[in-house]
Parts: sequence; C-alpha cells; structure tokens
Amino acid sequence: MRAIIQYIQSYLGSDQTPGAAGNMFWALVYIMVVFAGLSVAVIAMNWLERKILAHMQVRLGPMRVGPHGLLQPIADAIKLLLKEDIMPSEADGFVFWMAPFIVVLAAFTVFVVVPFGPTHAITDMNIGILFMLGVSSLSVLGIVMAGWASNSHYPLIGALRSSAQMVSYEVAMGLAVVSAILMTSLNAEGTGTLSMIGIVQAQQAQGEWFIFKFFPLGLIAFFIFAVAMVAETNRAPFDLAEAESELTAGFHTEYSGFRWSLFFLAEYSAMIAVSSIAVTLWLGGWLRPFPNFLSGATWDRAFSLFPGVVFLLFAAMCFYNAVRMPKHPLFRIQTIGLAGFGVVLGLIGLVLFVPAVSLRVQDIFWFSAKIAGFMYLYIWYRGTFPRYRFDQLMQMGWKVLLPLGLGVLILTATVALLQQRIWHP
Amino acid sequence: MTDPNSSLSNLDLETPEKPFLDANELVINMGPQHPATHGVLRVILRLDGEKVLGLECVIGYLHRGVEKIGEHRTYTMFNPYVDRMDYVAAVSNGLGYCETVEKLLNVEAPPRAQHVRVILTELNRIASHQLWLGTHALDIGAITPLFYTFRDREEILKIYEKYCGARLTTHAFRIGGLQYETYTGFEQEVKNFLQFFRPKIDEYEELLTTNRIWVERTKNVGIISGKDCIALGVTGPVLRASGVKWDLRKAQPYANYKNFDFDIPIGENGDTYDRYLVRMAEMRQSVRIIQQAVEALPEGPIMAKVPKVMKPAAGEVYHSIEAPKGELGYFIVSDGSTQPYRVRVRPPSFVNLQALDVMCRGQLVADVIAVIGTLDIVLGEVDR
Repeated sequence: MRAIIQYIQSYLGSDQTPGAAGNMFWALVYIMVVFAGLSVAVIAMNWLERKILAHMQVRLGPMRVGPHGLLQPIADAIKLLLKEDIMPSEADGFVFWMAPFIVVLAAFTVFVVVPFGPTHAITDMNIGILFMLGVSSLSVLGIVMAGWASNSHYPLIGALRSSAQMVSYEVAMGLAVVSAILMTSLNAEGTGTLSMIGIVQAQQAQGEWFIFKFFPLGLIAFFIFAVAMVAETNRAPFDLAEAESELTAGFHTEYSGFRWSLFFLAEYSAMIAVSSIAVTLWLGGWLRPFPNFLSGATWDRAFSLFPGVVFLLFAAMCFYNAVRMPKHPLFRIQTIGLAGFGVVLGLIGLVLFVPAVSLRVQDIFWFSAKIAGFMYLYIWYRGTFPRYRFDQLMQMGWKVLLPLGLGVLILTATVALLQQRIWHP
Repeated sequence: MTDPNSSLSNLDLETPEKPFLDANELVINMGPQHPATHGVLRVILRLDGEKVLGLECVIGYLHRGVEKIGEHRTYTMFNPYVDRMDYVAAVSNGLGYCETVEKLLNVEAPPRAQHVRVILTELNRIASHQLWLGTHALDIGAITPLFYTFRDREEILKIYEKYCGARLTTHAFRIGGLQYETYTGFEQEVKNFLQFFRPKIDEYEELLTTNRIWVERTKNVGIISGKDCIALGVTGPVLRASGVKWDLRKAQPYANYKNFDFDIPIGENGDTYDRYLVRMAEMRQSVRIIQQAVEALPEGPIMAKVPKVMKPAAGEVYHSIEAPKGELGYFIVSDGSTQPYRVRVRPPSFVNLQALDVMCRGQLVADVIAVIGTLDIVLGEVDR
C-alpha cells in the first residue's frame, strides 16, 4: 500500500509529462482527463456553434431545452443514442461498422502528444509533430471506408472528394510545418526538435512566437497552415465532402444514430487537434501573450489572474441572463439552473485566484483560449463564405498553397542559415 | 437534316457527351427529395466522375391539374387557384389572371386600382427575388444571406397581411379592380419599407458581389447565349442576363407600367453571376417603380363595372405579364358560359427549366446546383 502511494507521489515533483517520466498512474489520469475534457469541449462546441451562427444570422438558435438552450446538445446526444441503428442491406457490413471507429480513433489518439503545458500532456515524444500529422491523416482511411462500404453513389462521391482533398492539402500543410520546425533549430547548438513541448520551449527560449519570426515568413507559413487545416477537417468553405446541397451529407449519408454521432465527434475533435498544432507551432502553445513587452514578476502575476477573471465574467453573464429570464413559474427551474451554473463557474473562478492553483493551471488556460479563438474562426468562416467547387479547391491546393509553401520553406532555410553562419556565428 | 434557318442548330439536345477514355458513366438520381432541387424536382444526372455529360428532368410530382380545375369553376371562383402556382409570387399570378379576364370582358380597372396593383406586384417581385437570393446562396454554401433576406421579406408580407389578411397566397386582386380599399397608413408604410429596404440591398451585395468564392463559383457557370434563350423560349432575368433587352413591362406595357420611369438591367455573358447582378438590379428598379407609384397614387373608385355573373362573349384571349421569373401568360377560351372552356397557363419556370440541360453540359455536379438555383424555378408552377 505504502509502495503504491509512494509511486503515485513520486511524480508530483517531476517537471516532465507523466508519459515521459514513465508514471503509468498519472498517465492514466491524464488520459481520462483529456478524454473527458475533449468530450465536454465537443458538446460545448456544438452548442456554441449553433448559438454563434444563429446570432450572426439574426436568429436566436436553441432556446427551449434548458436556459438559452444550454442542455440542447445533451438532448441531441440522447436522441442519437436512442435512434434505430440502420445498416443498408447492400452495405459491406464489417467495413461499414468499422469506419466510424477508425475515424474516431485517429481523431482522439493525436491528443496523446498535445501539450497543454510544460508538464500537462499525456506524454512527450521526440517525434511528436510527426506522430500528430501521421495519425490524424489516418482518418482519411475511415472516410474512404465509410463511403465505399455504404454502396451508394452520394457517399462514394463524398468519400472520394474528401480523400483527394485531405491528401492534397496535407502536402501544403507539411511544408508549412517543416518551415516552423526549421525555426526551432535557431539556438546555440543548432539542434531542432520535433517534440511538441520542445517546439514551444524553443519559442520561449527565443523570446518570439514563430508567427512573428522572420516577418513575414512565419506569418505566411501560419496562413498556409490555417487554410490547409480548414480543408483538412472538411469544414466550410471547404466542406465539399459533406456539401449538404450537393451530396445530401457526403460520406456519412447512410449513417444514422450513434454511428453518425461518432463521425460528428471525430470532426469536432479533429478541428481541436489541428488547431492545437497551429497553436503549438506558431502561437506559442501554452505561453501567455506579450512575454517581451510586459515582462517581469508583476506582469506574470497579473496575467495569472486572467483565468479567474474570465470565469468570473462567464459567471456574471449567467447571473445577468438569469435575472432577465421571464418571471413566470414555467421558467423557474431554468432560472435556478442558470444561476446555479453561474455559481459553479464563479466558484471555479475564485479557486483560480489562489496563486498555487493559478500558476499550475494558467498554461492550460492560455492553450485552451488560443484553441477557442480558432474554433470561433471556424464558425465565422461557416457563417460568411460560400463553398468552393472541387476543381477550384484542388487548384488552390496545388497551384497556390504548394508553391507558396515551398517558397516560404526555402526562404526560411536561407535566412536561418544566414543568421547562424554570418550574423551570429 | 439540319435546318440552316433554325436558331437551334447549335443545340444538340438528344445525345449526351461521351465519358473520358473508357470510364464508366455514373447515373445519379437527384431528387425528388433533395435539399437543393427547390421542391420536388427530380434530375437524372449522367456523370463522368464529377463532370456532367447530360441530364434529364422528371417533373409532375406536384401536379394538381390547375388548368383542368379552371374548366369547372366560374371565372371568379378560379381566381384564388392561380395563387397556388407560383406561390412565391402569388400577386403576380393574380394580376396576370385578372388582366386576362378583363381583356376578355373588355373592362379596364380604374387608375387607383391599377396603381395599387403595380405597388403590390412590384413588392412581390422584391419578395420573390429575396427568396431566390437566399436559397441560391444557400445552395452555393453561403448560409447567412438566407436569414437576412427572410428578415426583410417579412416586412413585405406584413404589408400584404394588413392589406388582405393573407401573407403568401394572397388573392389580392379581383377581376375588374380590387376588393379592398387600402388600409389607413398604407402609403406611409410602403414608403417606410422602401426607406428600410434600400440599404438592405447593399447589405446583401456586400456579402456576395465581391466575395471571391462567390464570384469563382458563379462566373462562367451555366452560360447560355441570348440566341439559345430565344430558341428555348427562356424569358425573364435569365434572358436579360444573356444580353437580350426584353421585358414585357416595356415591350407590351400592361397595367399602367408605361407611366413609370425605370430601366431594364441586362447582363453580358449570360452566366450565373450576371443573372445574380440582373436580379439585384431589378430589385432596385422595383423600388424605383414603387416609389413613383405610391407618390402618385390617385383617388377614385377601385372597382370597374363588372357584371355579377360573368359571361364573356365566345372567343379566346392570350395575355402575358412579366412575372418575377419571366413571361407568365394566360390563354383563355370562352364559349359564352360562366366557366372558361379552356385555361392554359404559360408558366415561366416550366419553360426556363428546359434550359437546364444546355446550361449544365460539361460542368461539374456542384454547378448543377448553382444553375438550378439561378433558374429560380418554383415547382408549383412547373407542375401546376
């Protein structure tokens, strides 16, 4: 018993991730936390997307289930789980059954290396970024299987479109990633790293996020990645694979109920995954903004208050809306629920003001806040842009982004070499 | 075999193109339940990968036998039925029918009725174009304009509701004029709407006209030449976008359109983008017409002298108006009884739909959706 407790405690002082430190207990805890957090994030994202999109389009969005529709995603999830599980009689049963699992597996596995903080990751691999790109591109397999096994025309076209799109945009994406990795080698030893944590630490050491590095080269590489990642996740304006008006629903036309919800889950977690790559490579991962201009212990302390303040603001929003709820017995439970939600958020906010907590948690907060920014962008794109046509999409991938990526890579390499050999020998 | 005088000589409608190399031709059934076929249109697509080799429209899922019903109803009783054809532009349908019967009876609506008719019909043109814009943009993937146009269309429907109690199938006009006098404050409300609506057109255009993706998706898509349009009988904004300046409001003035000053917007290339621009400009022109009509609204009676029981002399008449979607014509044969001997409707959507095959050949699947949207068909009118 004592040995077990010692084993559990042995990790606490470590400055490594549990996976890298080899502590299985904490690795399991982290896995469960990440999995639960991801599921909650997908549910929250579902509600936020409908709400934000609705407000962009002069409507209210979900308002009935729970205060301001807060419980709508849960109601939807229950509905999906209770639906009949339909398998088309002409479908290839085994492949049809397996496809959603492959997609979900690929989307969730990448989070093994996502660094929410210097020690807050399941594990740290020396090939982290390669692992992420490799595993996330496995989802193409599941999509092609889904489209093919459905044995129907629309899903087949959707799957072919989707796989062609993901494969071609991966090229441009890879080039952009390589140019960011090149920047990690700009230190005294000249050694770069592929580890996700190492990449952020390189940005910390160089005192500069890679988006600002060698202006505008870092920015262009980031832009290429930002475009490619929307295409990679099949979201508007590149959502040809599931173009509702053309192919009804693309590769998952024949899926329903729980299997469909797996695709949905995978799509949203893939969005979070690629956003976390972008945040790690270019936006300084878990680092707080303005590390150079507003440096020093005072500013560090000030910025560590941020998470608490944000949670208190959310709590205030809940209270404000609870007060504005109609004064009618029918709305009493909703009002109490909203106020209760506000109390929970407020308590979390207050806990976050405790220095011991906030210093450990602020990394996770900044990382999540940056990802949330990307999620908002995704929704914004969806509200603004029409859909690209397939040939235009390919044209943009191969004729614009690929040459641009190559050019940026060559220029970055040249400038990096010059800096190492000539300006700072 | 080919007739040198035929303007259709460059249109080969029978044989679809062949697939590239020895690829398999893919036949896809789109509709009648499909989110982008605007109702119950069924299109059989022959595809080579994503390229359209040819297509065939299957219609009739919404057939209600409106023309046959017309033979068993009196002239007055048939009036509300026409609203159900193009239910998006019910007022235009009513105007066409009422004017045709008036022509048959040799009566003319009084000036005040004519003015109100023009105001309501042009409001309906705006409403119809708004619905087209929203759904067309939705098909191409821009979801937001739909909600903007529906928000503003609501204001027009409110005016209808106040005027005659109905919002969609209004039955606003009667043979010989109007049944209802305008309500108090009608003119002011129409003026307020115009004031409110002018900046809204800019708002729609801001979202789409210079949007790169929108331009790429619509430029050079579904091109049809003016010659082909005339050969196929295509009318309305589709014809005008191909550079043919033909608008029945100017060419064969009906109601009292000759009193109003307005332009006919035309396009050059006959592609989807030009059709978009033409319809946007038409909304602005409609605003101009309504402004003039509402400012010069004369006083006077709203109903001409029409017999209680209509028994037009035996004969036949054809009258057509410029509905939002094109030439809407009514052909009525009277045998001197209280019921028409034959009613024939020339619906613009039905005729325009013929051009779908020509416009989609050699384009991609995604373009078929854009072209169906740009033709602005209403299946209630296609199938009648």
